[in-house]
This record gives sequence, structure tokens and C-alpha cells, in this order.
Amino acid sequence: MTAEPLLTGRGVVKSYGQIPALRGVSVDVAEGEIVAVTGPSGCGKSTLLHCLAGILTPDAGEVSYRGERIERRSEAERSLLRRSEFGVLFQFGQLVPELTIAENVALPLMLGGTGRRQAHTAALTWLDRLGVAHLADDLPGAVSGGEQQRTALARALVTEPRVLFADEPTGALDTLAGEQVLDHLLRVTQDQGTAVIIVTHDARVAAYAAREFALRDGEHDPSGVGIGSVRRGRRARGEVATEARAR
Amino acid sequence: MSTPYVLLGFLAERPRHGYDLKHAYDSRFPKAKPMAFGQVYATLGRLERDGLAFAQGSDQAGGPERTVYAATPEGRARLEEWLATVETPAPHVNSALLAKVTVALLVADVETASTYVTDQVAAHMARMRELTAIKTSPQSALSDVIAADYAINHLDADLRWLRTTLDRVSDLHREVHT
Ligand SMILES: Nc1ncnc2c1ncn2[C@@H]1O[C@H](COP(=O)(O)OP(=O)(O)OP(=O)(O)O)[C@@H](O)[C@H]1O
Ligand SMILES: [Mg+2]
Repeated sequence: MTAEPLLTGRGVVKSYGQIPALRGVSVDVAEGEIVAVTGPSGCGKSTLLHCLAGILTPDAGEVSYRGERIERRSEAERSLLRRSEFGVLFQFGQLVPELTIAENVALPLMLGGTGRRQAHTAALTWLDRLGVAHLADDLPGAVSGGEQQRTALARALVTEPRVLFADEPTGALDTLAGEQVLDHLLRVTQDQGTAVIIVTHDARVAAYAAREFALRDGEHDPSGVGIGSVRRGRRARGEVATEARAR
Repeated sequence: MSTPYVLLGFLAERPRHGYDLKHAYDSRFPKAKPMAFGQVYATLGRLERDGLAFAQGSDQAGGPERTVYAATPEGRARLEEWLATVETPAPHVNSALLAKVTVALLVADVETASTYVTDQVAAHMARMRELTAIKTSPQSALSDVIAADYAINHLDADLRWLRTTLDRVSDLHREVHT
């Protein structure tokens, strides 16, 4: 990588009480790059995403955006950064149910001080880009899961962030609806040169990214085989296994 | 074709006669159709001709006299080469994958088996990325997308199996080495 990375984590450590979730993870994300964060359930993917996005404060290590440390900044400063430079997209449940689709998308702009009319116009532009402009006046409860995700994507991108953080954004959708969300996500972020960090346990989703960053037990797994089965509890030991053991 | 390598793998594990080979194959790959004796002996003949196996002697334990075959050093080397080569990530390579993992665990060590699986995962992922790029290209026709989907979903099934296998193998490795 020649250019200075846009976003970096260095030795990021995070525990929940006694439970270590990240044991010193370092990662670089370049401008406009798409990175898939993969690994078995519980390996720390969401925790890493939240630390990089400034939602969680790491116990140790550094997170830098454009070369500046962000992990120790005040909540107010980080929240400003999240509103202006970062966009987030989760699996589901991010839309305000009482607001229309268009109002949901306009919300981040209005929170940032943009006037109602201007915010609404921008919202419609984004809804159009994501193929859901016809739903502008509906409530979230009245549209499909895929349409809700496209609305959430419009909301994440309406502030024209430089980094989009997406945690299993298609995890609750069927294959085709998920694919439409991914196709839109890819197209608009590539158009805007937005970097994307996408958490997934689905290899078919990871294949959209140029690069895979695999985690295993809270550590980077450079072999890149992170996506795997959940393996907690006793493993059934087959015949093949018994033989290898005998050696 | 992986059958000759599978038989060679059995011979590398220990010397065996033809009947024993057939039995090992049938029990190891129960989903495959039973191997015909004709195929066992034809394969043994080719392995012998190519210097990969040799007739070591005969065995008459309570039955008819049977020729016992063993792998030659060249046969072992060839087997290692095969194990170290990833399969072309195309749909339906899965039986070749199973053959390799089975033989790797039989004649090689856990590290060799893990290395093979890890390399194969990387090859599969690289192919999935290529297919996804085809799929998302605006130039692709519907038929391209459908064909890419077919391959992607089969590779995905292979990948899930490979990763589960790797988990099982590395669990085992930890148990053995701690
Ligand atoms: N709020 C929390 N309180 C306590 N432990 C937590 C909390 N959030 C996560 N953990 C634990 O931290 C570890 C990492 O969790 P994380 O959610 O980052 O994993 P993940 O890779 O995103 O998993 P999944 O694929 O299931 O979403 C797990 O062991 C999890 O149980
Ligand atoms: Mg998670």
C-alpha cells in the first residue's frame, strides 16, 4: 500500500469484563477499499467494527483516521466524526418506525444542522439511487426487509461518509434481496470512493470484497480461513480424526 | 482422477493386497459405488508399471495366496506432490477434495493436511471473487449471472465443508500437542 491508509487499528484490545473479545488486532483500510471482516461466530468481528467506528473505546491500542488518533477523543467529538465521516449499517432494526422512509434518510443530515427541505431533497436523491424512491412516504413497517436495508443504506450514505461500516448487512435477507443490497452498496460506494468494511460469515458476501481480513478468537488469522463453523462444545470425532491422532 | 492416488495412499499407509484395498476404499468412501475388483487390479497394474508401487510378497493368512503390494519411495513422493496441489476450484471438485483430505490424514501429518486445506480455501475464495466480479459486471448477461451463481453456490458448499474440516483438524492438533 503506497498511500497512507485512511483508517488504521494498531494492537486493538477489547474485553467485556473477563471475556477477551480482541487480543491486539492491527488492520489498515485504504481510501475506497472494500474489506470483508470474516471469522466464526464470537471471534470479535462486531467488536472490531465498533472499535474502528469509534462506537466502542478499546482497552488498549490505537485507532487512527487520516493519521489522527481517535480512540481517546471525547464522545462528542467521536459522535461528530461518525456523523460526518462514517456511515453505519447493521443487520436490521435501525430505522425509526414512526418516521417515513424519506424522513429516516433525512434524519442524519438534519441532526448535522441541514435544513428540513434540503435534507428531504438529498434523501430523495439517495432513495432514487437505491431504487426505493417510490417508497419515500411509507413507514418502515410497510416495506420489505430488503427495502428497509436499502433505506438504511441510503441513510448511512446520505452524509457522504468516507467509510461505511456494515455489520452483516444482508444477514436477515434472502439471497436475492441480499444481493440487491450488496449490488447497490458496491455501486454507490465505488462511485463515491467510499471505503467499506463489511462484516460477514458468508463467503459469498466476502467475495464482493477485494480483501478478506479473517479473525479467529480475537486475533487476526493471516491464513484467511476465518469463515468457519461455530465450534463450541465437544466435537464429534470421526474415524478419520482417530487415525490422524494415532500418528 | 483421484482413485489411483487413494489406492496409493492406502499402500503408503501399509502394504496391502488387492482385496484389502477394495475393502479400504469401500469403507472409506461409503457414498461412492463399491470399487470393482477389475478396477483395483487394473489400477495396481498401472501403479506398478509406473514404478509407484511394487509386489512385495505374498500373504496366505488362512485363505488363498494373495500378492501384497507396497508403495515405492517414488510413489510416496508422487503422493506428496498430489497432496500439495490445490484442485482447480470448479463446481463438483468436492469428491477430489474429500479424497485428498482423507489421504492426507492417512499418510501425512495434521500440519500437511491443514496446509492443504488452507491453500484450497484460498484458491476457492480467489475463484469466488472472480465469479462475483463477473456477476456484478454491468456487461454480464442474465445467462452469465446464472452460470456464475451456480458455480458460486457450489464453491460455497465446498468452502463450508473445508472450513469445518479445518476446525476439526486443528482441534485435533491442539489436543495432540497439549
Ligand atoms: N456486550 C457484551 N457483553 C459481554 N460479552 C460480549 C458482548 N459483546 C460481545 N461479547 C463477547 O465478545 C466476543 C466477541 O463478540 P463479537 O460480537 O465481537 O463477535 P462476532 O464475531 O461479531 O460474532 P457473531 O458472528 O456471532 O456476530 C464473544 O465471545 C462475545 O460473547
Ligand atoms: Mg457480530
